[in-house]
Amino acid sequence: MTTTTSALGGAIRRREDPALIRGRGRYVDDIKLPNETAAVFVRSPFARAKVLSIDTSEALATDGVLAVYTADDLGDLGPLIAQLSFLPRPLLNGDEVKHVGEAVAMVIGENRYVAQDGADAVFVDYEPLTPVIDLKDSLSDRQLVHTGSESNTILSWAGPFGAEPEAQQAVKDQIEAAKQRDDAVVVSQEMINQRLIPTAIEPRRVLAEWSSGYGSLNVWSSSQIPHALAGAIAVSLGLRSTKVRVVAPEVGGGFGAKLNVYNDEILVSWAARHLGRPVRWTETRREAANSTIHGRGWVGTATLVGTRDGEILGYDFEGIADMGAYTQNFTVAIPLLGLFVASGQYKMPTYWKIDCVATNTMTTDAYRGAGRPEAMYYIERIVDMYAREIGMDPAEVRRRNFIAKEAFPGAVSPAGFAMDTGDYAKNLDALLDSADYASLKAERDAARAEGRYVGVGLATYVEVCGFAPSGLADMGFNWANYGLPTAFNGSGLVRVNPDATATVVIGTGPTGQGHETTWAQIVSDRLGIPVDDITVKHGDTGDSPMGIGTFGSRSAAVDGSATYEAADRVRKKAAKLAAHLLEASEDDIVFADGGAHVAGSPESKVGWADIATVAYQVHKAPAGTEPGLESEVFFTPSNATWPFGSHLAMVEVDPETGNVEILRYITADDCGNVINPMIVHGQIHGGIVQGIGQALFEDAIYDSDGNLLTGSLVDYPIPTAGDVPSFELHGTVTPTDVNPMGVKGVGEAGTIGSAQTIVNAVVDALEPLGVKHIDMPLRPRRVWEAIQKARG
Amino acid sequence: MELSLTVNGQAHSVDVEPRTLLVHLLREHLGLTGTHVGCETGYCGACTVHLDGAPVKSCTMLAVQAAGSAVTTIEGLGNGDLHPVQEGFWERHGLQCGYCTPGMIMSTAGLLAENDSPTEAEIRHGIEGNLCRCTGYHNIVRAVEYAAARMRGDEPPAPDWEVQS
Repeated sequence: MTTTTSALGGAIRRREDPALIRGRGRYVDDIKLPNETAAVFVRSPFARAKVLSIDTSEALATDGVLAVYTADDLGDLGPLIAQLSFLPRPLLNGDEVKHVGEAVAMVIGENRYVAQDGADAVFVDYEPLTPVIDLKDSLSDRQLVHTGSESNTILSWAGPFGAEPEAQQAVKDQIEAAKQRDDAVVVSQEMINQRLIPTAIEPRRVLAEWSSGYGSLNVWSSSQIPHALAGAIAVSLGLRSTKVRVVAPEVGGGFGAKLNVYNDEILVSWAARHLGRPVRWTETRREAANSTIHGRGWVGTATLVGTRDGEILGYDFEGIADMGAYTQNFTVAIPLLGLFVASGQYKMPTYWKIDCVATNTMTTDAYRGAGRPEAMYYIERIVDMYAREIGMDPAEVRRRNFIAKEAFPGAVSPAGFAMDTGDYAKNLDALLDSADYASLKAERDAARAEGRYVGVGLATYVEVCGFAPSGLADMGFNWANYGLPTAFNGSGLVRVNPDATATVVIGTGPTGQGHETTWAQIVSDRLGIPVDDITVKHGDTGDSPMGIGTFGSRSAAVDGSATYEAADRVRKKAAKLAAHLLEASEDDIVFADGGAHVAGSPESKVGWADIATVAYQVHKAPAGTEPGLESEVFFTPSNATWPFGSHLAMVEVDPETGNVEILRYITADDCGNVINPMIVHGQIHGGIVQGIGQALFEDAIYDSDGNLLTGSLVDYPIPTAGDVPSFELHGTVTPTDVNPMGVKGVGEAGTIGSAQTIVNAVVDALEPLGVKHIDMPLRPRRVWEAIQKARG
Repeated sequence: MELSLTVNGQAHSVDVEPRTLLVHLLREHLGLTGTHVGCETGYCGACTVHLDGAPVKSCTMLAVQAAGSAVTTIEGLGNGDLHPVQEGFWERHGLQCGYCTPGMIMSTAGLLAENDSPTEAEIRHGIEGNLCRCTGYHNIVRAVEYAAARMRGDEPPAPDWEVQS
């Protein structure tokens, strides 16, 4: 465990931790600049209202208030840009606000206390208008969210992806025809996949400093995408990209919420330049709830047709996805990610369509899993309902309909996407064996015989991760908006220093995933330099290679692969130099234990310091050697990766209270090869609990007037330690063939697999009562009401 | 207004606005940035410190309420060495982003001071006032078990990733 020399596959203690467990980590709010000021935003209390006037005079007269800005004051500031911008968010709204929490003014004060005093003294005169909150209401276009627009529907995604509309219709017709077969069984259910609030424990923070002597801007932001943020700030402020440096230091969780460029980041940067003093903005938890992006927010009907003996003949899904009032970075692409995995692990004809509609609510965007948990929820719930309908074990129904392992490589999902590798039956068997499925079912039956409501539920999943293939970046993602030419490329720089240490600089960065440890392991594996002698730098656009950031379980598969290749190139050059020093052939050079030796002769060894010395002092190297010992690599894989897995839960429902207790939670996840099993376990644990949070507790609720009723942690209960059990993790290893390490990514797996597993288990527990479905979250009252209804 | 208190064994006399929160006194006046702010309702627990030996949430307390008291923050835990709870969080991967960690560690230290052999249920109940969004709590519970074993002088159980596959 404490070994510091093993590399790939080792459960190495995290190198991030010594600072963090001592309270010596540096998050944005821990960085102090001289002469700082503080920003506070004035936000709309109405979901939709005309801004008639904004009176800032009293605020400006408040002691310690330095400036108050409204939309009228931003003349020289460009718009907030995004990759997929259909309904762009104004930086400050002085016209017609469109959701509760939308910013209308920014107050700058000597500190946060007086800035808040100033914000409280800004008087805005609003004329409230009727908002559109309900998704079906929005789809009807009875009333428009954006006055003057043609429709609330921004766009629709349909599948099989890439097929002409006629071909898609043909699939739908085929499913309709299957329904007419004599042996057809049809199950159909409308289900809600409710809106969620990501809730990183560190809310967002921004600090900006204008350096007038150099004409440049330094920005610290709790961001998953510092390079994109730097590009966006440069565009908005009319600066060259080289004049903006963004640093994402320690980031206290992201989960997609920090995968965005926000208006506050632009405004704080602009104000710092305008005032000539550093400006800090510290998001409150209430602001994090009403003005940082939300996730999920779908309603849809899943329909499955199959035979009595378990052959699925077709799957049809038609839904509506809530975009909120404005589109931000990836907003409209999230449902597309659902389409990627719409057919799950199965091979049946699949027709899938979703309409992306605007409402007078906060924007939705990527939240852990981003479209994939929603899509997997629908397919896995309806497959379970089908199994129940035909009286077949849900594991058996799944197994009978898997895409066979023989279809890989080269498998194309029914939803229309090329997949990398998979062996679904083996993975499901691993779960069932580890869980001793037959015993669990016997236990459940015994409990039932005693009148207890115990259920066993399972679900399989497939996800799509490691977004990077250059072609995918062409699907409308306009990184050029951010001055980023590199699409989704991964990047990594590896440098061996003269003192035998290595510096690794990566274009991605962690929000808690342990990149500093994982990347040291990757480079140690290639070079034989001990992990403790490798420093991994990230998050500073001033010194890191252009990179997209951390999201979509992509860092290890894409940026990790770039770093692996960079280390390999350094290794090749070092082999030449070592061969020269050892007077041997470079083909015989082996790297181990902090140096190189000739195969079979570990006693004749040169250390990395010796090799580096020759590399930097090339008069000692073979003629023609280029000085230096480093490599920077950009990497694009041939495809995304398709991790998969199976989850199982055993639950007990208290029929008197409706409370759900999770008795066992067992998984078999397959994320390809594993770099650090300790970190992979941690990712799965955390992911499962975010899925359990959706299944049992979390619900971002807007009332019909558009007030967010769940704006604090009191009203929006994320799981506590007492709400969840310990987990039993197992798995299979099916390496991907699209990157050199065979890793697929694991950041979202737990979340993508878990919500439907819990709901399937609860419905199984209530089967004796005839309960077929309950919409999430399965809070006690909702479960209790379902029980009462079923009992008549 | 002027107030005096002891923080991590050191006496301080500071001049603050009456409305200053204890957490802001610690972070902004004394430079002890290990105590974090995750909400404004006392619900997340990232701001947990010890006040006269017991865990309190420093974001829902005024600095003046701590006048005359002894405060211990994450920086003062362990007196320079790693406290067994800190060691447990490192050894059992009890943290990811690290933002909730100082508060979680302070609550755990308070829990183990009262109960040196907590059951899993007691551990889970004992840290319910601290929210973590990264770990799913599994490895936090293992970290607390590790720390409890160490503090009792017992051998901690093997890590899960060696036992499970």
